[in-house]
Amino acid sequence: MNATPRMPRGRVLLGLLGLVYLSTIVAGFIAPVDPATQNRDFPFAPPTRLHFVDAERGVYLRPFVYRLTPDAGTFGEYAEDRSRIYPVRFLVRGAPYRVIGLFASDLHLFGTDSPSGLFLMGSDSFGRDQFSRFLHGGQISLFAGLLGAALSLGVGVVLGGLAGFYGTWIDQAIMRTAEIFLAVPWFYLLFAVRMALPLEMPPAQAFLMVLAVIGLAGWSRPALLVRGVVLSAKQRDYVVAARGLGATDAHLLRRHVLPQVMGIALTQAALLAPQYTLAEVTLSFFGLGVSEPVPSWGNMLATLQRYDVLSSYWWMFVPGIALILVFLLYYSLADVFHQRAAAF
Amino acid sequence: MTTRRLTGATIALALLAGASLPGLALRQTPVAVESLVSRAEVGRSGGQLVIIQRTEPRTLNPVFAIDSPSKDVVSRTMADLIHVNRDTQEPEPALARSWTVSPDGRRFRLLLRRGLRFSDGDAFDADDVVFSFQVYLDEKVAAPLRDQLVVGGQPITVRRVDQYTIDVDLAEPYAAAERLFDSVAILPRHLLEKPYTEGRLAQAWALGTPPENLAGLGPFRFREHVPGQRVVLERNPFYWKRDRAGTPLPYLDRLIFLFVPTEDAQAVRFQAAEADVTTRLSATNFDVLLKAQRTLNVELVDRGPGLDYTFLFFNQNDPTDKGRPELARKQAWFRQLPFRQAVSLALDREGIVRLVYRGRATPLWGHVPPGNVLWVNRSLPKPGRSVERARQLLRAAGFSWKTDGALVDSAGQPVEFTVVTNTGNTERFQIATIIQDDLKQLGIRVSVVTLELRALLDRLTTTYDYEACVLGLGGGDGDPNSEMGVWLSSGGTHLWHLGQRQPATVWEAEVDTLMRQQIAARDVRLRKRLYDRVQELVAQNLPIIPLASPHVLVGATRGLGNFRPTVFDHHALWNVDELFWRGGPAGARR
Repeated sequence: MNATPRMPRGRVLLGLLGLVYLSTIVAGFIAPVDPATQNRDFPFAPPTRLHFVDAERGVYLRPFVYRLTPDAGTFGEYAEDRSRIYPVRFLVRGAPYRVIGLFASDLHLFGTDSPSGLFLMGSDSFGRDQFSRFLHGGQISLFAGLLGAALSLGVGVVLGGLAGFYGTWIDQAIMRTAEIFLAVPWFYLLFAVRMALPLEMPPAQAFLMVLAVIGLAGWSRPALLVRGVVLSAKQRDYVVAARGLGATDAHLLRRHVLPQVMGIALTQAALLAPQYTLAEVTLSFFGLGVSEPVPSWGNMLATLQRYDVLSSYWWMFVPGIALILVFLLYYSLADVFHQRAAAF
Repeated sequence: MTTRRLTGATIALALLAGASLPGLALRQTPVAVESLVSRAEVGRSGGQLVIIQRTEPRTLNPVFAIDSPSKDVVSRTMADLIHVNRDTQEPEPALARSWTVSPDGRRFRLLLRRGLRFSDGDAFDADDVVFSFQVYLDEKVAAPLRDQLVVGGQPITVRRVDQYTIDVDLAEPYAAAERLFDSVAILPRHLLEKPYTEGRLAQAWALGTPPENLAGLGPFRFREHVPGQRVVLERNPFYWKRDRAGTPLPYLDRLIFLFVPTEDAQAVRFQAAEADVTTRLSATNFDVLLKAQRTLNVELVDRGPGLDYTFLFFNQNDPTDKGRPELARKQAWFRQLPFRQAVSLALDREGIVRLVYRGRATPLWGHVPPGNVLWVNRSLPKPGRSVERARQLLRAAGFSWKTDGALVDSAGQPVEFTVVTNTGNTERFQIATIIQDDLKQLGIRVSVVTLELRALLDRLTTTYDYEACVLGLGGGDGDPNSEMGVWLSSGGTHLWHLGQRQPATVWEAEVDTLMRQQIAARDVRLRKRLYDRVQELVAQNLPIIPLASPHVLVGATRGLGNFRPTVFDHHALWNVDELFWRGGPAGARR
């Protein structure tokens, strides 16, 4: 009875997360400009205000913006030039981009002809559009989480399953190795791995290698959990009975053991994905992840290490707020998965 | 014989130093003190000054203090024979009350002040001077200052004439030879001779040394070190300067150096009124403080362009044993002048000044910043940014572009390189990011990598394992002699191509000749002409691509008298003996 209302909550959460991921996949389309384009006349421009009403020209249904003009003799202070309006246009042609590296296009969801551009989330110290960087940065940060979680779960489920199902020396060997891995301080491992990589490695490649390492190093916790579940599952009466009736290992695994592992694996996935996203953010925050001009939420947040940015430009916090929201979604989802697994 | 003497300074003969200080065992009969009278505004005694410092000094030993945190502290406790006034840039009498130069420019006779005492009360005379130079020049000691004291390939010789007179001989005439003595701290022989003869000088005078074992001739003396937090200096009662009213200097009772590791934390603590002086504000933090100035009781000073210059340079070193073929291939571009010219033309110096320094810097086309008013060559051309002209240069040099816009060399290899800079310097990192974006317009793919400073210096000077680098140089003295190591082809900081036995290029040979000529010339105008030509050659051949010179930005609590920060080293502290708090006891803070 309790399980029924939980299902929609899980779906809602999955739907929301899916939407977040989808928006980063099609970042090139949603983002109005290329994330690396510097608009050097407009550093630290605040989020552009969308208007519907102009004092002289009346009310518009289509949102429009005014051009920003830097205040003479100041830095990062702007005024709106209200002499002309620039409507926000939809489905416009602009900077070329690729969706997941395959489909090339130059069609953007929206844009404007305003010479000062349209900064939905303000601009950074080089006058780059924070909104475009935020979406493209999400590609790196969010998928780093997924990729890392998939890797460590894949290894964890296989090794934990083997250890739990076959026991004996296999179990001993795998579990002792897992304990060694568990004792590794992952944060310092990350630093060590990045430092050991050569300078000349393209940033994206170096980043993938680091992720592969942390993903693989993180297999031990899911492996321990999976082993426990498998161990308890294979000793259940109905499993023992099935074995007595001549069921093969493959059948037992498929029919009785794996369904129980599934719940644990999904819960772990929902916990590990944000953890590895955070790993990427931390690495980039310290300048060891993806490097300029490729955006990631971590290197976007890194500018907050500067006192002037921290104290003057609130819109630079946006990736941090997004992280909190994504983490909340993931942890709520983990909760749903956990309850489902417990109910099973 | 010509005599150089500070015109305004008078020698006051009077007052017995230490005579009114009971409890001090003075080993020699008191002699009348020949004080120096300061021309600065007369102030009032008392109070303390809290100064923000990046890190702890590594040592309190002036012989080995080369890092700026150590120098900032140690210089307050030490004095030199002839001192370069950081305001006027002129040499002035210090421990030497006057000096004469022989007509051939090779012998200096220095007359020392009489009756002076070290901060522990022990008398100072020519023996201390001779001992000090013996230490600095001893190859076994390996004092970093030794190079400065080698003229024409020979170390200078220092000889005692009598108790208060010394002769200094140079192997050949040396321009601005008085400057040799600036910052050469005179050491107390009675304290350091033993460790020196026992070969323990490097270990003497560490941070943990008890204050009674330390002494100097500077305005302050060491009192306390709290690890990780602060160093406290107290007033030296034996200091040899006084003001026009006869009050002994320094005015302040104590100096406290507060260690605050990052620029941002420094700004925060300064804003919170935890410190009185901060000397290395970044332009961004200066802006933040400026905005908050109304609510703060502080004075913020933009002294304009300083002596520092930030630049980009390429690795043109000879291959090492572990030569990397990839680097060698790229060095073929780096060694081509049109390539470097094209890079220089494509860089947006104005953008760097505006975005990185918020306008508080000056774009550079030559290596001498305009802050160095005496030596800058103002006639150097300042070509504006032109991507089109840069493309023409590259095309003429055999480079071409693929259909996707990527630049390739004559062998069809894509032109890509990595720019390294040090972590913790956000300005240099931002500059590298701007360079990356500017060069993208030429079809050059640039990666930016930051390295911890020591790892970076190791790559620059030992392994040569880098492609291009954004770095800054400068500070110190504005005189060209202080840059000998950078511009001589055999120099230790000839960064782009170290360890040259022979000048690698014709223009480097010419720079060698010019630098050696200017160092021996005694006519300032001739030296300027020679150094102007060096600046021309550097600007034409671009071994370094000068980018910008940041302004010197200083902050101090309001009410600090004689606060006159300079663009030269020690910015706000150069006249620390003359600083005082206005407004009586209330102003004599804390």
